[in-house]
Amino acid sequence: MSISKVFDIAGSGMTAQSVRMNTTASNIANANSVSSSIDETYRGRHPVFATELSEARRQQGDSAGVKVLGIVESDAPLNVEYAPNHPLADDNGFIYKPNVNIMEEMANMISASRSYETNVQTADAAKQMIMRTLRMGQG
Amino acid sequence: MAISFEKAFGMHPHALLIREKRSEVLAENIANADTPGYKAKDVDFQQALSLAQSRQGQSASRTHEQHFHIASTMAKDSLFRHPDQPDTGDGNSVDIHRERNAVMQNNLEYQASLTFLNSRISGLKKALTGTGQ
Repeated sequence: MSISKVFDIAGSGMTAQSVRMNTTASNIANANSVSSSIDETYRGRHPVFATELSEARRQQGDSAGVKVLGIVESDAPLNVEYAPNHPLADDNGFIYKPNVNIMEEMANMISASRSYETNVQTADAAKQMIMRTLRMGQG
Repeated sequence: MAISFEKAFGMHPHALLIREKRSEVLAENIANADTPGYKAKDVDFQQALSLAQSRQGQSASRTHEQHFHIASTMAKDSLFRHPDQPDTGDGNSVDIHRERNAVMQNNLEYQASLTFLNSRISGLKKALTGTGQ
């Protein structure tokens, strides 16, 4: 039954968007995590989405959901601050802050939650269609 | 002589199948709304319907294999959409508002097909029982 695939597809979208929400939460929570060396500093994390298309499905021209290929760390430069009085300052008096842009993360969060919502609505619409089909011929 | 359900229901069962397929394609578009490089797809209803109807004569004697075949021919009718913007930055051509409206429209059209089918069924029932119940 083709319509039950809608649940799989919308479900994959919801999973992907919740991973995105997770990374955003992690980024915002760690936005002010100071460290005393470049290597130990937290870096912004972002998921990479890709269409979930297996070989067998591609041959049939079938529909596909979305999957998270992986999570990459941002390459943007870290925020280096000169704060010799800070307890975590290194020998030269610098502290290192994550390369997380709070504004960007907020926009990302809104986008992810909206996308999640839309996926839920799609699943809801499919559910309505199935329920009506099940009642076919009764009324 | 047996009642021909094919004739009684006309094009509506085919239309339902195509709407179903379309709901799947639209769900795919929405799920991939943030996937880089993904191109939005949609079902060409007219082409899919004429394809489904041209198989109508054969489908009477076929069993499960035929169902699978129809589904696979319909899948090939899903075409890429003309993007509204030439470039969105990441090669993705999904317009979420368009997709949401398409889902709503598809849902209504599915309901319409179901209503037609229901009226055909109640007509058949009336003919069989003479009471309409």
